[in-house]
Amino acid sequence: MLLVVLLTFIPMAWAFVLSLQVNDLISPPRYVGLANYRALPGDQELRQAIDNTVTLIVLVVPLELILGLGIAMMLNQRIRLKNFYRTCFLVPYIASAAAEGILFAFIFDPQYGAINAMLHGLGLGRQPFLESPDQALYVLSAVYLWGYIGLNIVIYSAALQDISSEVLEAAAIDGAGAWARFRHVVWPTVLPQTVFLAIWGLIDALQLFDLIYATTKGGPLHATETVAYYIYELVFGGVFFAAGYGAAVSVGLFVFTLLVVVVVSLLERRTYGPQL
Amino acid sequence: MSDVALPVAVPSSAAGAPPRRRLPFSSWHLVLMPLSLIMVVPLIWMVDTSFMTNAEINRYPPAIFPSGLATGGYTEVLQNSDYPRWFVNSIIVSGTCVISQLILCSMAGYAFARIRFVGRRIVLIALLATLVVPFQVTVIPLFILLHDVGLIDNLGGLIVPYLTTVFGVFLLRQFFIGLPGELEEAARIDGCSHWGVFWKVMLPLSKPALAALAVITFLDTWNNLTWPLIAITTSHNYTVQVGLTSFESQHHVEWAAVNAANVLTTVPVFIVFIIGQKYFVQALSGAIKG
Repeated sequence: MLLVVLLTFIPMAWAFVLSLQVNDLISPPRYVGLANYRALPGDQELRQAIDNTVTLIVLVVPLELILGLGIAMMLNQRIRLKNFYRTCFLVPYIASAAAEGILFAFIFDPQYGAINAMLHGLGLGRQPFLESPDQALYVLSAVYLWGYIGLNIVIYSAALQDISSEVLEAAAIDGAGAWARFRHVVWPTVLPQTVFLAIWGLIDALQLFDLIYATTKGGPLHATETVAYYIYELVFGGVFFAAGYGAAVSVGLFVFTLLVVVVVSLLERRTYGPQL
Repeated sequence: MSDVALPVAVPSSAAGAPPRRRLPFSSWHLVLMPLSLIMVVPLIWMVDTSFMTNAEINRYPPAIFPSGLATGGYTEVLQNSDYPRWFVNSIIVSGTCVISQLILCSMAGYAFARIRFVGRRIVLIALLATLVVPFQVTVIPLFILLHDVGLIDNLGGLIVPYLTTVFGVFLLRQFFIGLPGELEEAARIDGCSHWGVFWKVMLPLSKPALAALAVITFLDTWNNLTWPLIAITTSHNYTVQVGLTSFESQHHVEWAAVNAANVLTTVPVFIVFIIGQKYFVQALSGAIKG
């Protein structure tokens, strides 16, 4: 317990102190008050990093939930190969982001990649993918979704198993169509999981770093730089050594994360009453 | 022939439709099969190309299967890089973290589940709240802290932050709460201390939860890139993930070797997953019900 306190609460307070300093981790720090925070709004690179992170979240988090629930519902039917499918969907989730990033850098390689070989074979033009500022973020969002969706499928599957098939059959006999059965039986059951997975998905996407590092390192032209990657580059990237300013950005990320979590839980509580 | 309205669940779209030729399998397979292929084919391709020569990979159209089992990629990784060393480092770090978490998380989880102490609820909520704190916030002070005690560029610095985790404590707390209290009461009446109950009654019962925690901790620490990347500065001390990314940037078009390194990095994860899949899935789906 002490360890957790030592390694989370103290660094949290420390991060805030750091954010009030100019600190390069080598020479003695100098207090500058809120100057780091005042510099945040004018930081163009930060603005782009925020744009990229928000784009990623908007592209990925809703799909995680919709596809996750959809696939879990398909797997909840009485079909063969259920375990085979479940394993297939979970396998990318357990591989490391570094391994996946490098694998997809290979698959999407402009010269030697399998995707471009297929496009070329179909008579379509080769695409630069990760080397294009216009395409890289979308490719990485897809790869990220590919690697993440397994978690949602597992958790939704477990929730769906709690719905007895008698309830669904009874609803069907009472004349409930597919949509009504979903709306009034399935959806209320999986709502707590949906809130949890939405929050978890947001937190995970807000902190996306490793996949970016293993593929584009934020490029080309900062097109795939996330906020988490920007912080890394500021502090540890070997160029800026701006630990104070980096800490200020990280405190901003923390406040934003907290805000998102609170808003999502409040929305859920307002619409459906306290459940969690 | 199917004009009689039967009082059973008939899919509404099928009612009144002309008799169709039925597929010999559920139509859901038409959706599920392509989707699951998208999930596994990239990984199969990784293994496949790791046994090709660079010439086979780089020609157009690329070979689908290697002409023979070319192991040049593996030789390159194992003989011309620090990869074996990185692999041993990762085993040391992950192994230590797994053992430590099994001990510390189960003790803390038991305390939160069964021992009444002042402020238990508040401490638990505070701990859960830390799950929301981004790693980027704590990483800078963590780096300074471990730098001051000399654990940067040291495997110890990779282990210390993962000796125990809030997730692990919570996972085991949830499990202990689900065990019937009568067992412990009986043991207490027979004169067992908290410690005795924990060792002799609770732990033997919690093998599934401990197995799940072991699998999750292994995956978490083995797959971690961010922290070792920051905390380790010399190649000798890299873990597999950091080594893999550095190897990739140094061997940019030698895809056979890069894919071989990638396979070596990923295979342990799959072995652990196959052994522990049942517990892993149970824990993931059970942890959020509490």
